[in-house]
Amino acid sequence: MVLEYIFRRIILLSFMLLLLCVFTFSLSYLFPGDPLTNLSGVQNVSLHEADDLVQKYKLDHSMPTQFLSFLSRVSEGDWGISFASGEPIFKHIVALFPATLELALYALLASIVFGIPAGITAAAYHKNWPDKLINLFTLLGYSTPVFWLALLLIMGLCLQLGLLPMSGRISLLYEIPDKTGFILVDIFLSDVSYKINAFTDALKHLLLPTIVLSTYPTMVLIRFTRDSMLEVLEQNYIKTARAKGLSRSQLIFHHALRNALLPVIKQIGLQFSTLITLAMITEVIFSWPGIGRWLIDSIYQRDFPAIQGGLLAVSTFIILATVTADVMHSLFDPITRNQTHGKI
Amino acid sequence: MVKFIFGIALLMLTGCTEQSLKNQNSHGLIYCAEANPVSFNPQITTSGSTIDLISNQLYNRLISIDANTGEFLPELAKSWKISKNRKKITFELRQDVQFHHTDYFTPSRNFDADDVVFTFSRLFDVYNPYHFVSGGQYPYFKSIGLDRLIKSIIKESQYSVSFELFDTQSSFLSNMATDFSVILSAEYAKSLEVDEKLENLDHFPIGTGPYKFKDYKRDILIRYYQHEKYWQHPVALAQLVYDITPNSTTRIAKMLTHECDVTPHPNSSQLSILADRKDIQVQKETNLNMGYWAFNTQKAPFNNGLVRRALAHAIDVNKIMQSVFLNNGKRLHSILPSTSWAYQAQVNMPDYNPELAKRLLRQAGIVDGFSMDLWAMPVARIYNPNARKMAELIQNDLKKIDVTVHIVEYEWNTFIKKLEDHTHDSVLLGWSADTPDPDNFFSPLLSCAAALSGKNSANWCDPEFDLLLSNALDTVNIDERKEYYFQAQQMVIQELPLLPIAQGMRFQATSSNVKDIEIKPFGGVSLAKARKE
Repeated sequence: MVLEYIFRRIILLSFMLLLLCVFTFSLSYLFPGDPLTNLSGVQNVSLHEADDLVQKYKLDHSMPTQFLSFLSRVSEGDWGISFASGEPIFKHIVALFPATLELALYALLASIVFGIPAGITAAAYHKNWPDKLINLFTLLGYSTPVFWLALLLIMGLCLQLGLLPMSGRISLLYEIPDKTGFILVDIFLSDVSYKINAFTDALKHLLLPTIVLSTYPTMVLIRFTRDSMLEVLEQNYIKTARAKGLSRSQLIFHHALRNALLPVIKQIGLQFSTLITLAMITEVIFSWPGIGRWLIDSIYQRDFPAIQGGLLAVSTFIILATVTADVMHSLFDPITRNQTHGKI
Repeated sequence: MVKFIFGIALLMLTGCTEQSLKNQNSHGLIYCAEANPVSFNPQITTSGSTIDLISNQLYNRLISIDANTGEFLPELAKSWKISKNRKKITFELRQDVQFHHTDYFTPSRNFDADDVVFTFSRLFDVYNPYHFVSGGQYPYFKSIGLDRLIKSIIKESQYSVSFELFDTQSSFLSNMATDFSVILSAEYAKSLEVDEKLENLDHFPIGTGPYKFKDYKRDILIRYYQHEKYWQHPVALAQLVYDITPNSTTRIAKMLTHECDVTPHPNSSQLSILADRKDIQVQKETNLNMGYWAFNTQKAPFNNGLVRRALAHAIDVNKIMQSVFLNNGKRLHSILPSTSWAYQAQVNMPDYNPELAKRLLRQAGIVDGFSMDLWAMPVARIYNPNARKMAELIQNDLKKIDVTVHIVEYEWNTFIKKLEDHTHDSVLLGWSADTPDPDNFFSPLLSCAAALSGKNSANWCDPEFDLLLSNALDTVNIDERKEYYFQAQQMVIQELPLLPIAQGMRFQATSSNVKDIEIKPFGGVSLAKARKE
């Protein structure tokens, strides 16, 4: 049963990825300029180079053949060359993606750590002052645009008070060799003398972007947990338990929590796409060297191969994350496995 | 609760990092740079933002110029001798100069004549294995015709080298003192040839300068370490890091949070914010430079002198001086800045006169106006602190004579690369001099050679004008040279391949504890002696 479900998800996943690849491939033709240049990233192609490239990219063949050759190149990691840097795009993505992922993960973690307890508290004290306070807070959080919040924090904490740095992942004077691309892990793995200093400095750099990025998902989680908890608390088995004289904490932690968190787990997975989108804005504002900032720079520079590669990488990741969250959710909640059709 | 935890965390973090940054800070300096370097070899670029980062930090030249007196000073050459017919120049070299020891190269010998011969033969000798590497373009040297001037370079002894010239040229020594004429390592080049990695010569630099290359991450940073065995003096900073930050507002913000120690080219409008801070100082230097508006003279309708003059009459330069330079610049009255010794104010300089502009357009046969592209630089430069704003002002002015302007922008390095293809209609650009020699404003910008190498953004080639320039270089008589340059200046304003707009001041913001950064009136900035207190 579970295997069948997972199999269905994998089919759906492959189909989505195929569509994504078709779209990415067609971008070479949709972007202005020569498709050969857009695909390969080689500009000002000389005549004999052009022949080689046409052969390599099978541009003298039919569209389906070209697409198949595109697929095989993508799977081999040959994603063309960036106009702006002249270096392979795949190399850029491998170097930049961990930074974005790191930021998004910490933000997600922060929103889980703060969002779920806050949601539960609000539900537990339904229509009391903690609920009202938390509601007010979420309303504020929902309606604050990310970039505005970021700028406010920078103005207050960085420029006025000078408490926190406003850009990058770590003070550039600390030289941390790249191993995993995750700065905190890299610091831990490095053998520099200033490990602890570097670690605190990196945390300090992480603080503001994480706050900014986690604001929106935290609010979503608070609301979601609260609503879901309230719904569960309305159910008969809870009413029975209450009639038997269980305390509020016993009710919530022993009986309601597990059921209330099921939809929340799914929501956490769905938040990933929002997070990556918001991460792009956050990265630009905090000069965070991740894939979002790179993608936006590429758009500004009309670096078509880089835009294609960046889109492909980011979208693939979001699809993977969503499907994984879906599968995880079904492992926790057997009822959802009965869906006969895939849906995301 | 949440706020409480957050507050505690914040306090903890700020407490411990203050100390840690201090330790690391005392021997490292962060310079916020405005663009990625195009290359790590100054021979193959004329981009000022790149030259600032690499030339004086990684390399030395044979000779340099004293910024105050304009005299030549010995650098890697101890002395030099010019033959009687002025066609042979012999340099005696220093013997105690070491190249950088890095992860990728360990030199086995000191600097000597072989390095000089290799460095300069790369520029013009097609048999030099490196001649065609990295595009084979040497824009500065080609635009001043140095590749056609040098007949041969002869190693006289291990520490003596002479240049034989086809012709006499009065600006030869000045050109040898520019930021482009740096000395590379011949031994390193040989070792790269063995490994068949020739391009690395321009990406992983080995020089004799005060800092050595460690790491470069595009859009993020460049890291240099101190060159422990620098021949001239001990280097105070253990580390020099360039934080690549194209946005000038972000650079200033980083200055305020002390994430940068040095920031070049703050906008005039930001100077007042910086002036209020005690921990930041603003250096202001006059600089030989010229911001201009160049027309692509090979493209219609800009191939018509009347149209160029009409456009020049249509723009209000005084307004530009006020809103772009905030009166921190000088309006130009010739292609040369008034501090140059060959300067002559031009009577023919177009003034603001839209009516005359319309009349001129009608004379040129254009009745209904036309539309054109105007390329504006995306970064602040000395000669134009805000090209976007200038472009908008020009757009507005030209609307009055029925000319529609589309403003075009690209990322800085892409911008420069695309300009060389001459697809633009007109461009706002500028030039910062590398030597005090007036030829530096003419040959690299408007000669036919520069048009071929792509650096002449007016794409203008006039043999008569080239003759004036070569005549001026043929003589050492200052009065004769002046006379030729007067004529050349008149010709530029007569023909208007480009309209000189303004000379800017060079600003640089530094933290108060940073000392001894040298800004040269021509050429780039030098951090060789920089230190922190």
